[in-house]
Amino acid sequence: MDSKRILITGISRYWGGRLAQALEAFPEVEAVIGVDNEEPKVELERTEYVKVGAQHALLRRVVEAAEIDTVVDTRLVVDSATMPSSRAHENNVMGTMNILAACTGSDSPVKKVVFKSSTHFYGCHQDDPAFFDETMRRPHPPKTGIERDIVEAEASLNEYAERHPDTAVSVLRFANVLGPDVETSHIKLFSLPVVPMILGFDPRYQFVHEDDVVHALEHSVKHRVPGTFNVAGDGVLALSEVAGLLGKPYAPVLPPWGTGIAASVARRIGVEIPPEALEQMRFGRGVDNRRYKAAGFTYKHTSLETVEKLGEYLRLHPVVRGAQEPYRYEREVEDFLRWSPHVKNTRTTAASALSREQLAELQRLLTSFAGTVDLEDVPDRAAEAEHRAVAAEQAARDAADRAERAEKAVRSRPKPRPEPSPAPARPKPRRRPVEHYDDLAQEEVIALLASLEHDDLETLRDYERDHANRPPVISAIESVLARRGSTV
Amino acid sequence: MPESRRTTLSIREREAPSTALVPADELKKHLPGVEPDRQLTDWGRSERIEGLYDRTIVEFLYRYWFRAEVEGIENVPSTGGALLVSNHGGALPPDAAMISKAIKEEHAHPRPVNITVEHFFKGYPGFSMLVSKIGCVPAHPANVHRLLYDEEQLVLVFPEGRKATEKLYKDRYRLRRFGRGGFVEAAMRAQAPIVPVCVVGAEESAPVFAQVGLMQRLTGLLYFPITPTFPHFGLLGMLGYLPAKFKLRFLEPIYFDEEGMHEDKALVQTVAHEVRARIQENLFDMLATRKSVWFG
Repeated sequence: MDSKRILITGISRYWGGRLAQALEAFPEVEAVIGVDNEEPKVELERTEYVKVGAQHALLRRVVEAAEIDTVVDTRLVVDSATMPSSRAHENNVMGTMNILAACTGSDSPVKKVVFKSSTHFYGCHQDDPAFFDETMRRPHPPKTGIERDIVEAEASLNEYAERHPDTAVSVLRFANVLGPDVETSHIKLFSLPVVPMILGFDPRYQFVHEDDVVHALEHSVKHRVPGTFNVAGDGVLALSEVAGLLGKPYAPVLPPWGTGIAASVARRIGVEIPPEALEQMRFGRGVDNRRYKAAGFTYKHTSLETVEKLGEYLRLHPVVRGAQEPYRYEREVEDFLRWSPHVKNTRTTAASALSREQLAELQRLLTSFAGTVDLEDVPDRAAEAEHRAVAAEQAARDAADRAERAEKAVRSRPKPRPEPSPAPARPKPRRRPVEHYDDLAQEEVIALLASLEHDDLETLRDYERDHANRPPVISAIESVLARRGSTV
Repeated sequence: MPESRRTTLSIREREAPSTALVPADELKKHLPGVEPDRQLTDWGRSERIEGLYDRTIVEFLYRYWFRAEVEGIENVPSTGGALLVSNHGGALPPDAAMISKAIKEEHAHPRPVNITVEHFFKGYPGFSMLVSKIGCVPAHPANVHRLLYDEEQLVLVFPEGRKATEKLYKDRYRLRRFGRGGFVEAAMRAQAPIVPVCVVGAEESAPVFAQVGLMQRLTGLLYFPITPTFPHFGLLGMLGYLPAKFKLRFLEPIYFDEEGMHEDKALVQTVAHEVRARIQENLFDMLATRKSVWFG
């Protein structure tokens, strides 16, 4: 694993969430931090969520404080049907610039930037090569807003790469993504009873499976592969072939001339075909996917298999719909179950049930924390850690005994509850829990509290008492501590 | 129709960021495997449609209508990539189909031929669907290189391009300029041999008496010729060939075994002229020995 401390942008969207889930599973990864404007929608084990958009000053502080070595930018909007074009532009161009600005500077800890881009970069034209490779430029300037955004976003990445020769910048251009969980305009078109086509055209299409997208991003995080890469499954299919694989008839309902007008009529009746997809339905696009393979990546699905998988899902979907609601992670519910003093029967929920071993583990963690609250006197971290490990072992043994006793008295006392982030095995940075703490306004401090850990909160409370001593801040810290069961 | 003028990126033009240079033979190993249960290739070629077209129209034209005669077929290599370079002429010329049929019929190791065509066909409804299905690929240098170098296939080019199909009957068999020598560059880069091909008969089978520029602009077609059957018999009139006798001659291959030859522009031009001269010489030779346009 090349990267240890990873920041993922767009954590609340599909790709950010999927990637965070994948990266959490690697024990070598010390920290996964997800940023976005909205709460994550998927269940995350130890990814820390910070509610921040693409404001570079704030991001920069997060990056520096957490010593982020890898930034994965998954926010790029590649489907103009999902967002009005002005917002997409803001997100794609300004957002990318801001995120790069947060990783700029010779003292920046960032050593790698991974950017999720799209093969819409190349556009679709009459005089395209049959297989675009990464060194080719598009033959014409971009016509649609999304394509223009992608070209501009990549331009700022190239500029960043030039200025930071030591930072590995991986730009992954993904072909059209298909899969049961992701939502794209093309999947919506393929879900229709017939596959619409432009009369007289049978364009070539290349697809990539959603799992391969996650694996491809993961590959760039795991290894150091600077450069631009096309990511698309093997094989290029004609649209008529796609319809055949999906088991649907194809209908050349769009006229070859005045296609844009026909598409706007289609939009009226609820079939949205964004302009970049319309171009693709006319000329199609194939890309050369060999360079990423040469960089060590292996695809799990070819284009054909990807379409077949989607076909299976589309056939099954109307049957199981309603019967099998997918499990939705509701952060509020999880938080309630974890932290509310009113939750009595915590054993029933798997998340908060503690076995004896877990209890011992928890005790060990807390002991090691307790040893580190004292901030100033830790010159030799290794010796300290060793000392702590021995102490922790002893404490664990004690804890096991205590746990046994506690088990008996379980009804009379509120149970200790787990830490919010079960990854404290990493060496914690020995410094003030919040960088530039003194510069922060009262509200900013309070907003940050939720993301801090127990010990940090206690330190912060003491620090605040000794220095500014602002009553609202102290009471806010107290209340957060109280919610987390500070009596443990 | 999108304009076909070649324009460049106006925003901020930059090279891709330091894409690691992977050796070409390393990339060759990562070519996608063949998927035998598919009916189409990655280029959009359909065996079913091509086979149907080959067994009906092409078979009829090759055997009975044009009664094609072939010499020097052994000059087409049995393995590896090779670039067939031919003269071109007549309205919607049948020469490409006859050359690929000749290789299919006469060669000891028949192989499919990829015919390079104008980008126009990809942009025109109807043609766009059909042309790729019967084994035509747009004439892009990257396409030719991939076919020759990576996939080691046969590629047929007409370096005269559309200038050849625009020329009138009175200019028949007089070769136009051979482009900018791009075909030689492609062959040298891929280190694939060039096989010059001469075709006699195409110009008489579909003679062009005039070109109507106004109609060409109105229909958005590549050109608008006046032939014995077009436009008064409609679009199908484009296929109304006269039964001229076809003769095909494959010349000795020209090999390029050294690396980096394509960077020498002077050499590229010299070879392009040489190929053009050889084809022209042989055409005149074939015309001189031909006693009748219709019976050979």
